[in-house]
Amino acid sequence: MTDLIERPTTSTPDEGGPSSVDHGHHDDHGEHHGPSGILKWLTSTDHKVIGINYTVTSIVMMVIGGAFAEVIRAQLVSPTSTLVTLQQYNQLFTMHGSVMIYLFVGPFAFAGLANYLVPLQVGAPDMAFPRLNALSYWLYLTGSLTMILGFFVSGGPAAFGWVGYAPLTSAINAPGAGADLWIGALMLTGFSAIFSGVNLIATIFYLRAPGMTLFRMPIFTWNMLVTGILILLAFPVLTAGLIMLYCDRHFGTHIFEVQGGGVPLLWQHIFWFWGHPEVYILALPFFGMVTEIIPVFSKKPLFGYKGMVFATLTIAALSLGVWAHHMFTTGAVLLPFFSIMSLLIAVPTGIKIFNWIGTMWGGKLHFSTAMLMAIGFVATFLIGGITGIYLASPPLDFFTHDTYFVIAHFHSVVMALTMGAFAGIYFWFPKITGKMLHEGWGKWQFWTLFIGTQVFTLPGYLVGLHGMPRRMAVYPNNPSWQTLNQWESVGALLIGISTLLFVVNVVASYRKPIVAGDNPWDASALEWFTSSPPPHHNFTSLPPIRSERPVWDYNHPDAPALGHGHHEPAATAAEKVEA
Amino acid sequence: MKPAQQRRSRRRAILLALSAPLILAGCQLPSFGAYGGVSKAGTDTFKLWQGFSVAAVIIGGFTFLLMIYVIVRYRAKKKDTSLPKQTQYNIPLEILYTIVPILVVIGLFAATVVVENKVVANPTPQATINVTAFQWGWKFTYPGHKAYIVGQTTQTPTMVMPADQDVRINLRSADVVHGFYVPRFNFSRYAQPGLLNVFTFNITKPGLYKGQCAQLCGLYHSLMYFNVRVLPTDEYDAWMAKQDANTSIVNAAAQSGAVAAQISPRVPTNRAQSQGAN
Amino acid sequence: MMKQESVILLFLGIFFGLMAGVYWFWGHEDGGGVMLVGALFLGLLPGLYYFWWYRRSGGNRPEDRDDATIADGAGVVDSFPSTSIWPFVLGMGCFTMVLALVFGTWLAVPGVALILSALIGATAESRRGGTV
Ligand code: HEM
Ligand SMILES: [Cu+2]
Ligand SMILES: [Cu+2]
Repeated sequence: MTDLIERPTTSTPDEGGPSSVDHGHHDDHGEHHGPSGILKWLTSTDHKVIGINYTVTSIVMMVIGGAFAEVIRAQLVSPTSTLVTLQQYNQLFTMHGSVMIYLFVGPFAFAGLANYLVPLQVGAPDMAFPRLNALSYWLYLTGSLTMILGFFVSGGPAAFGWVGYAPLTSAINAPGAGADLWIGALMLTGFSAIFSGVNLIATIFYLRAPGMTLFRMPIFTWNMLVTGILILLAFPVLTAGLIMLYCDRHFGTHIFEVQGGGVPLLWQHIFWFWGHPEVYILALPFFGMVTEIIPVFSKKPLFGYKGMVFATLTIAALSLGVWAHHMFTTGAVLLPFFSIMSLLIAVPTGIKIFNWIGTMWGGKLHFSTAMLMAIGFVATFLIGGITGIYLASPPLDFFTHDTYFVIAHFHSVVMALTMGAFAGIYFWFPKITGKMLHEGWGKWQFWTLFIGTQVFTLPGYLVGLHGMPRRMAVYPNNPSWQTLNQWESVGALLIGISTLLFVVNVVASYRKPIVAGDNPWDASALEWFTSSPPPHHNFTSLPPIRSERPVWDYNHPDAPALGHGHHEPAATAAEKVEA
Repeated sequence: MKPAQQRRSRRRAILLALSAPLILAGCQLPSFGAYGGVSKAGTDTFKLWQGFSVAAVIIGGFTFLLMIYVIVRYRAKKKDTSLPKQTQYNIPLEILYTIVPILVVIGLFAATVVVENKVVANPTPQATINVTAFQWGWKFTYPGHKAYIVGQTTQTPTMVMPADQDVRINLRSADVVHGFYVPRFNFSRYAQPGLLNVFTFNITKPGLYKGQCAQLCGLYHSLMYFNVRVLPTDEYDAWMAKQDANTSIVNAAAQSGAVAAQISPRVPTNRAQSQGAN
Repeated sequence: MMKQESVILLFLGIFFGLMAGVYWFWGHEDGGGVMLVGALFLGLLPGLYYFWWYRRSGGNRPEDRDDATIADGAGVVDSFPSTSIWPFVLGMGCFTMVLALVFGTWLAVPGVALILSALIGATAESRRGGTV
């Protein structure tokens, strides 16, 4: 069944009548009298439904991955703990890393909120390929199930780390179904990601509203465009690598095995050629969310919009040339090349941080939970970014690689991303559900999450410098590491508590709903022009698009002129009445 | 210190100071949590670490202070609903914070290259040790000598090496990827199957150092320890002479090899063995 | 207009090409070189396509004009499926195929069946929708 969708033609909400007219050939279609209940869930191709499915599933994955992390941290409280066996420990961190990276941050970022928001932000009725979009979700869901299935087969799940370095992944070193399920899960979620990327790019290229030129797109949409491009560049490489790995395991090829003339190192090249762009595939969407949120709660436009766009593109360009900074200690890569490329990425990243601060500068800051989470993101990301600069220097990487210094570094980053995720949730929850999340609970959640993160990561840097390698189930030789490890575990506990507070908040928001209204934050992108939640096919009317803040222009016709004049003026009064 | 040496180290200091302008006097700086390094290259690495840390503290500290200032200064007053000035661009400022980071990065990169070249240099060795990592232990042999040290999880092997000499390590793996990591040397390197990894230590401080496998290699990864005993040159020579004089094929330490053989049949153990000088 | 869109992709592709060149002659490592050349093409391919599309349509789409009004975009956007079961069926088919990789080839039989029925179903659905 298909709906023919017309564009809205008015710019005044609630007056022009329904302009998204259904000209379909059947009368009984559309959400209003479509299937309901489970069938609706199974058959919907609405980007909003799919976006919610993605978001909820990925948060469930975060809780599962977080539970593994808590067990890991409980094990490490003592040097000779026997809470889990060595094998179980290896499985736990493998599954923790895999679930978090493949099943939580990525899908949440480029397919959860993005799915929901990108069509709204560009004024489109849906994603460009709605059925492909639905397929993405089903591949992601089944991929997640495949990964978790590892716990229920004999031998348990994969135990070779989330990076699966050959030849530890070979049929001899990792027999059993768990490893194959890991490969299968990555194939499914990999294709799911590729389809999401295709959809994002096509939607942004073909379905923008009139007047929405590329350089008027909300910065979140810009970030999603670049993310989509990176997905298309990176994920096919991983999928190819996985197919080779499967052939090695089952069809007797020796691509990654020395015995038959293969090259184990090749796996690392392939994996990180995907893996480093993946870092930015994970991060860019959250950069985008934070960049949407900070201006709104500063009551200002984004400072340095164009600089932000070019920084994002620069990051994308460089991110394909840094993969072997994960391989400095192999002794077989071109150190200076990867070192300078990695260091250079700090420049556009720094520009972003200064632009965020510049946005707040001279503003009127309102510290809602979303804003706190966004600031927490910037602060934590700054720590992760600075420690990342050390790792870009091969001599410094030589002695921090594979230690808790690295664990702490990338947890500063991913915990920052997690804060970005919650910033996005607090910010867009009203749009998606029509209800506000409770600010009181939210602030408690923020502070436990923020403090917990620092208590968890900062001792990690130190214990790493003291020589503690990662992936240690026990450390009987070095009892002196215990105190710092216990602090880390305290931090992990706080993070766990913060997640519980979030669940409480969501439940509370449904039991005692606070109605949100169309635009509770006085925000500026198009999604805030339509109702909360938006109708099927999104818009009944659109405002004129004359800057990157169409809804703001519409709501603040008398706002002070933009600083630094050479910029196109906001919509003039004359334009506003034109339709 | 001899004058020539002094001059050289001063030149090095100047170079570092030029490339990372923030390094004022490498030695008086705090350690920023890292080990000083007991090898020549390790000490250089440590100084680089200090330089990076100074830059990190200054840049990071500046940025954090800026954030805190903004957060405190621009908090919206209650009931103030007026809009602030809608500043959107400040091109000179934006150019400034593009150029300055680029300059800092170039400085950090220059310092990196200087140190990196020292760390990865392989001068003609005065002693050579072949190291083989296997699941889950280490084997140390000395080309041209009989010394043969092997041990695994239940019996930590100890590599013996001379101080103040360029000691070349030939690192190999018998099975999967392992990581040869001695924290006090400020260095680690993968034992990568199919690859020979060659690097050089010049240890300036004799002593017993802990080492450990750093790269996940399977079940007993967390127990894959080894030690490094660095002996003054004369003691090392004496030790080596004793090993070479040892004619018995199977000595007391063979048991450790036998256990290793059970775990990893790929490691040959039917040879003369000796445990390290513990 | 589509020009900016294609320029972004072409810029990225060319940048990867430059990197591939530097890496190839400096790094002497084939794997990365090949993958960078792949990235070059992955940038150029869609970039050139969009450039061609821009030249062919020659048009000024309302979304590419600074001064376009909402009314300029009036008319049908496109036809969108409202609901469809086939993505789910196709997803289950792919899932079954992956399980076949792990638990036994026999699972490929239901897997292929599901995939085929989804392909046929989705195609028929599009046909019936008519205007696509
Ligand atoms: C509650 C918060 C978290 C805690 C307490 C936590 C804890 C840990 C610990 C202790 C390790 C090291 C295990 C080891 O090497 O022995 C680890 C590894 C890892 N974590 Fe987390 N983590 C948390 C959140 C996250 C998030 C949000 C992500 C990603 C988005 C993530 C991704 C990873 C990855 C990729 C690894 C590496 C796994 C491997 O070595 O193969 N973690 N985590
Ligand atoms: Cu990376
Ligand atoms: Cu190991």
